[in-house]
Amino acid sequence: MIRDAFGLVYAGEQNMNLRELVYHRTVGALPVGGRYRAIDFVLSNMVNSGIRNVGVIAQRSYHSLMDHLGSGKEWDLSRKEDGLFILPPFSSSENRGEYQGIVDAIKGVMSYVRRSKQQYCIFSGSYSIYNSTYDDALSYHIETGADITMLYSVEENDFFRGERYNDVRLHLNDEGRLIDMEVNSALSDSKMVGLDTYIIRKELLEYLVEDCASRGKHLFVSDLLMGNINRLKIMGYRHEGYVGRLHSVASYYKLNMDMLRPDISGDLFYGDNQIYTKIKDEVPAKYSKTSNVKNSLVANGCIIEGEVEDSVLFRSVYVGKGAKIKNSIIMQDSEVYNNSDLEYVILDKSVNIRQGRRLVGDKVFPVIIRKGAIV
Amino acid sequence: MTSKKKTVAMLLAGGKGSRLGVLTKHRAKPAVTYGGKYRIIDFPLSNCIHSGIDTVGVLTQYEPLELNAYIGTGAPWDLDGITGGAFILPPHQKGELGEWYTGTANAIYQNFYFIDRYEPENILVLSGDHIYKMDYSDMLKAHAAKGADATIAVIRVPMEEASRFGIMNTDDDLRITEFDEKPKQPKNDMASMGVYVFNWKKIKEYLIEDAKDEKSSNDFGKNVIPKMLQNDEKLYAYPFDGYWKDVGTIYSLWESNMELLQDSPGLDLYDEGWRIFSRNPNMPPHFVDKSAKIKNSLISEGCHIYGVVENSIISAGVVIGEGAVVRDSIVMQQTQIGKNSKVIMGIIDEETQVGENCEIGGGGEITVLGTKVVLRDGVKVAPGESVGAGRTVRKTEGGAKK
Repeated sequence: MIRDAFGLVYAGEQNMNLRELVYHRTVGALPVGGRYRAIDFVLSNMVNSGIRNVGVIAQRSYHSLMDHLGSGKEWDLSRKEDGLFILPPFSSSENRGEYQGIVDAIKGVMSYVRRSKQQYCIFSGSYSIYNSTYDDALSYHIETGADITMLYSVEENDFFRGERYNDVRLHLNDEGRLIDMEVNSALSDSKMVGLDTYIIRKELLEYLVEDCASRGKHLFVSDLLMGNINRLKIMGYRHEGYVGRLHSVASYYKLNMDMLRPDISGDLFYGDNQIYTKIKDEVPAKYSKTSNVKNSLVANGCIIEGEVEDSVLFRSVYVGKGAKIKNSIIMQDSEVYNNSDLEYVILDKSVNIRQGRRLVGDKVFPVIIRKGAIV
Repeated sequence: MTSKKKTVAMLLAGGKGSRLGVLTKHRAKPAVTYGGKYRIIDFPLSNCIHSGIDTVGVLTQYEPLELNAYIGTGAPWDLDGITGGAFILPPHQKGELGEWYTGTANAIYQNFYFIDRYEPENILVLSGDHIYKMDYSDMLKAHAAKGADATIAVIRVPMEEASRFGIMNTDDDLRITEFDEKPKQPKNDMASMGVYVFNWKKIKEYLIEDAKDEKSSNDFGKNVIPKMLQNDEKLYAYPFDGYWKDVGTIYSLWESNMELLQDSPGLDLYDEGWRIFSRNPNMPPHFVDKSAKIKNSLISEGCHIYGVVENSIISAGVVIGEGAVVRDSIVMQQTQIGKNSKVIMGIIDEETQVGENCEIGGGGEITVLGTKVVLRDGVKVAPGESVGAGRTVRKTEGGAKK
């Protein structure tokens, strides 16, 4: 258990590759896996590591994020000492309320960083989906005398070339020290992909952020890390389990479909550490006499009277009689009425599909229906 | 300092529930699973918070461990407020004496000081063996409007079943004239639901009296209420119209679960304004394999379904193997049903492991497996049989019953 670190999560990502899914929410608030929000994974990883002090940097469209996180109670982060701190931007003489990059964002919440009593900071984005604790990575960081340790995974299959977002490729020497890195490169031959999670001593973080900002540099990877690659000892630490990344609609789609595989859902959900999320007190899913469900994930609160195959149903979805849903992701509170036919579709929250409608997308380009739409 | 409360609820959760057999071998009845996700006690607790009652004493006695752990701080029901909350009240030593709760009235009597701290006008006495949604604030209003000393909630039951209940005979104004505990010849069909409102000052006197009476069995229904009627106190019936079920027997528990599968169940669990809260197991959505076939069932989080499930209620984290058939049954959390096994009209308690090619039940009568039972491959359990908690069954036993 880690007692001497605090967590800092950057949830300001606004990845436009995710199209309509992020018009009204940040990547961290994106619903995944039938029940969760993207940020649940990194928050749970931190809490499962023993971290009790977590700051979440919010930027634009953070209403749904705040609504989701609340007091932090569901992550066991509603505490007397420390706990969860949501850090929205505010205008000050130094900051106009709009961050120009992650370095700028950390600078904007520097008073929280300074106030944190722990010696180490685990800094992370919110678009990587994995289940792990940071205990071993922190031990490795201390043992190797690293200035910064960055987590990565090895990805043999490269599905999303060209649609990358914050895709950081690492080049390590034999000792595991970072010697080069590339961001969103279509040319990289490295299979080591960053998890957007870093371990750094708090004082060094403070220094590097000030140092960067004072030179008008605002980007974390390009400026803070690559700009200091020779000056600092940056080590890579490999995460062995499954990692999903919310680069694009296609990778979002793939992540959800991956969760239908028992080996992947086993790795993400049925290991030693739980993934926590907001609790809704829903009724168990109800299957009627006319339902027919195959190879799908179904959350509580659903009522299914139709056919569902190779799909992910979030909480409280209704599927009417004769409706057919295939290869689709249906978010919370959406309703698909009788005899509708959906294939390769992502329905955002509270969408209403009227009787007899037919929507067909493609595996690499699923149809997205925006939140609250009536079709 | 303790805040004054208008009403304090006292939930009697100490009952052994011996008619639930192996299901209550190691847990109190209110901790029994219901509806694939809930425990029986979720219903009165959720009713309390929705009715604006935020101070609930939970009186435990029999096998309280699971119940205590379940209630915890009361947070899942929003019963962890600054001035109120859920309080577990086990029997405890007072002065020289330490004694068990000898009856329902005695349980309240022994927690005198707990109630007095809030100086309530009324206490609401509830039991932990019923499934229902009820707004107690309406009952409290009726109690106040009548200027009653006690108000007893009643529900109409089929006349032929009336002799199983406490029956209230009232005048036209619903004032109770007579209380018949399980009468052979019931005079009407208004049965007590085990929900009482008492004026605290008044009932206190009776409880003190009753405690002195060595012949009393210290029970509300048997002793205290008849005594109040004898003394011409103002007791009123409060008729309730809605789903209410005593799930104190294996059959009624099974039946009430099965009623959730009807097209429009009497108990609406989807009511946004009256959610039934429970301690959440926090598991991912359940997985339905391509080999699975599910009809007319409730399936909870974290399950893996590979087999056939029909007319059944499946709690969180259950695995039903390929080729297995579960029909007209209740399977409780974390239980595993092995490949090609059959469960017909069964109740299978938590964390039980059924091997492959087993046969449990077969209809006609309910077959029960307790918690943490292990059935080895190929074992048969005949209809109507039950297997005690924690047992490992290596081969088919008995055979007297077919």
